[in-house]
Amino acid sequence: MSSKALDYESLNENVKKVQYAVRGELYLRASELEKEGKKIIFTNVGNPHALGQKPLTFPRQVVALCQAPFLLDDSNVSLLFPADAIARAKHYLSYTSGGLGAYSDSRGLLEIRKEVADFIGRRDGYPSDPELIYLTDGASKGVMQLLNAIIRGQGDGILVPVPQYPLYSAAIALFGGSFVPYYLEETANWGLSAADLGQSVAQARAKGITVRAMVIINPGNPTGQCLSEANLRDILQFCYQENLVLLGDEVYQQNIYQDERPFISAKKVLMDMGGPISRELQLVSFHTVSKGYWGECGQRGGYFEMTNIPSRSVEEIYKVASISLSPNVPAQIFMGLMVNPPKPGDISYDQFVRESKGILESLRRRARIMTDGFNSCMNVVCNFTEGAMYSFPQIRLPPRAIEDAKKAGKAADVFYCLKLLEATGISTVPGSGFGQKEGVFHLRTTILPAEEDMLEIMESFKKFNNEFMEQYEDHPGYPRM
Amino acid sequence: MRRFVSEGAKSLSLVSRPFLHRFEELLHLRFLSSTSVLDCPLSSSPSSSPMDPTPLTVDTINPKVLKCEYAVRGEVVTIAQRLQQELKDKPGSHPFDEILYCNIGNPQSLGQQPITFFREVLALCDHPSLLDKSETSGLFSADSIDRAWQILDQIPGRATGAYSHSQGVKGLRDAIASGIEARDGYPADPDDIFLTDGASPAVHMMMQLLTRSESDGILCPIPQYPLYSASIALHGGTLVPYYLDEANGWGLEVSELKKQLDAAKSKGVSVRALVVINPGNPTGQVLSEENQRQIVEFCKKEGLVLLADEVYQENIYAPEKQFHSFKKVARSMGYGEEDISLVSFQSVSKGYYGECGKRGGYMEVTGFAANIREQIYKVASVNLCSNISGQILASLVMNPPKANESYESYYAERDGILSSLARRAKILEDAFNSLEGVSCNKAEGAMYLFPRIRLPEKAIKAAEAANTVPDAFYCKHLLNATGVVVVPGSGFGQVPGTWHFRCTILPQEDKIPAVASRLTEFHKGFMDEFRD
Repeated sequence: MSSKALDYESLNENVKKVQYAVRGELYLRASELEKEGKKIIFTNVGNPHALGQKPLTFPRQVVALCQAPFLLDDSNVSLLFPADAIARAKHYLSYTSGGLGAYSDSRGLLEIRKEVADFIGRRDGYPSDPELIYLTDGASKGVMQLLNAIIRGQGDGILVPVPQYPLYSAAIALFGGSFVPYYLEETANWGLSAADLGQSVAQARAKGITVRAMVIINPGNPTGQCLSEANLRDILQFCYQENLVLLGDEVYQQNIYQDERPFISAKKVLMDMGGPISRELQLVSFHTVSKGYWGECGQRGGYFEMTNIPSRSVEEIYKVASISLSPNVPAQIFMGLMVNPPKPGDISYDQFVRESKGILESLRRRARIMTDGFNSCMNVVCNFTEGAMYSFPQIRLPPRAIEDAKKAGKAADVFYCLKLLEATGISTVPGSGFGQKEGVFHLRTTILPAEEDMLEIMESFKKFNNEFMEQYEDHPGYPRM
Repeated sequence: MRRFVSEGAKSLSLVSRPFLHRFEELLHLRFLSSTSVLDCPLSSSPSSSPMDPTPLTVDTINPKVLKCEYAVRGEVVTIAQRLQQELKDKPGSHPFDEILYCNIGNPQSLGQQPITFFREVLALCDHPSLLDKSETSGLFSADSIDRAWQILDQIPGRATGAYSHSQGVKGLRDAIASGIEARDGYPADPDDIFLTDGASPAVHMMMQLLTRSESDGILCPIPQYPLYSASIALHGGTLVPYYLDEANGWGLEVSELKKQLDAAKSKGVSVRALVVINPGNPTGQVLSEENQRQIVEFCKKEGLVLLADEVYQENIYAPEKQFHSFKKVARSMGYGEEDISLVSFQSVSKGYYGECGKRGGYMEVTGFAANIREQIYKVASVNLCSNISGQILASLVMNPPKANESYESYYAERDGILSSLARRAKILEDAFNSLEGVSCNKAEGAMYLFPRIRLPEKAIKAAEAANTVPDAFYCKHLLNATGVVVVPGSGFGQVPGTWHFRCTILPQEDKIPAVASRLTEFHKGFMDEFRD
């Protein structure tokens, strides 16, 4: 008998290189412990509904009606569903040829793309073309499609912020490209500088890498910082002069917890700049139904909008999208509802606003509780979560802890996070999963646990952290960082 | 444009030579117009000249993207969409009232109704607070409410909006494994199941794992569903074709497999896997158990991963045929995890449920070492999980109602759809066989007919003059005359010099006579025009 057809040696090397810490070692260990009966608080992934956030009522009503259109023929349907949900469902069904069960256009239903275009137009003050908006099964699939189109081989590099959401490093590895890091400066509120960018690019080019694109995550993940208009102008200018495609991951645009830097889309800034750059700089922007105050991760709904991408390239991107036939239709409807929510005067408007505001205001409070909680620890420094859903505290680990970690064959932050998990059930992701400067350790947690549980969770963390430091610190009453 | 390894006295290629030649010309022109220093775009590592202007243009796009093709939503369909718009803007501007999309296996877009029980359950899972209201029992059947409770109990917090485990919700995988076991009579492990957004992403995942370079080959049937050729191209591998025998009901001969395998090996291709589509697409044949045993034996002996596309397992029309999963066949031969690496793909898009738009499906992965399984899990985890509603639907498809209140209505709906499909398959098959120079094998299963058309020399010359592949030429004429959209056989692969097209059997039964007569009338006119 021949040896196994697919063994580890003959596996695609690119697959082996992929790392995705968000569902890596810590998560797997947490899942094991949960099976053994331990209570786990999963703060490893931005998954609001898993931590008790309720879905918004209106979209669920609309999609349920679309799912079972025979309900619309029942005279008793108004006992269970408000009139505006019924009307919306009928409306969406009329856009389809065959309801939710038919493949749509490979780009997504045209009417929903128009709703997205209208949303973008209202948000930015510039028109958007529905034909350049592609709905996808989650924003991640869109990111992968674009990176796959851009990366020809190892000689192609993609500029990615460090720390980053590891979808980017994973996708680049999978497609055989080169990861070109640019470092965000923790002491400057995770800011970036054009000088830094320039240096990263120069270093890459010196190695013979052709830098093809730049990723920005705004608001940042895991870092949460919101880019200013000036930042965005610098970035756009930089990409223009270096001939890079800008990939704008804007999935957290509705998660903003401070008022100094509201969200501005890369597209708006680009259009505001006018002139040749606004007509030539290639930009792809990503959004999703998974975040914001919707948190509908399980639906897998997202879109990307292309700006200044040549039509021949768009055709190729369309072709690849067509191989998967179509994005899932229920999520398309969620997207339509997200960009075109109930308006003042609609029956469901008050409830919708109440639910949405409730979630956003609570997230803002939780961002504060968590940041303050981390900062109250002597060995922890934590930038404020300006946006997104995460807290990314820096943890100073004593040399003996780092030693023990090495002995256990683990990175120091993995070691710390595993101990945290075993002691408290809090499942985080070590900073090494996102990238960080050498010798500096972080962990990423979400701000998503229920508000009423937050203080207890922070107390639990502090207790563990104190005990850890007592165990490993050489001088009791360890000095502040 | 080397797509295929196999060459012989007849050069075997997906498209005819004139078309291929033109494509190569186009590539050449692109080189000349490009100002940047580029290697041949077909190489996998381009020259890394740091000062390349590198915005995303067709000159700098990943060449694998350029190379892949997918005719199901290709050129003919684009023309159809334009005609449809023209009909809307100017009714009466064409000799037909509507465009009939027979290019794609998309049953509900052509009037097939979803299974009521499935939709009831899905609606309740989409909006679980319905279950807390007393009025709900007035609008939903009792057992759909029961089933929804059962499902929601498997999902932590009843949160259908949360990312699940990256392989899919455990409880749903348990249900699917039970369903597989009930179907096959052999145990299935829920941890072998990876729920995906339709079967297609699962196919891509396997191609990604298996393809290291252009030297890695995957054996694919010709004709094939072009997801396979597209996926192999996208991942930079080599498609190794094996020919199904049209003269013998699209039969699959192991001797042909062996011949192609050896030819590929002699060219330095490392053949990694064998794709079998059963029931076949576009060909519709259902393999005999004996045939399947030979295939299993072949894969075991040659050390190939068996990739079994079984998405049409519930579409069987030939009364003498039955679906047997490859897993069942392998197990019945006494082969277990140590003997054969097997991946089975299933989907919610086909069968009698036809829920294409939901994007639900799974692959069942057996016979792989633990360290490979970890890698598969890792790749799945990057996308976090597939859509939950699709996962729920997959569990319903694999675990439909048995003896309870909804069973009768469920069974009536199911039987109605399946028997209608069988009737439509027969009517269209007979219609095609009645056309001059056309022969059409029976559709034993799946959703398609793949008639062979013998095009007169005059037509072939006219096609060449129009810079079109002859079967695409025929299909475009067909579209312009009747509004019926079919896919040229060149999109699936065929023996060179033969021409086919794929037509679905999906238009509603009351439309079928009109479709048949329109096609008949068109064909007569076409032959009158081009007969030698």
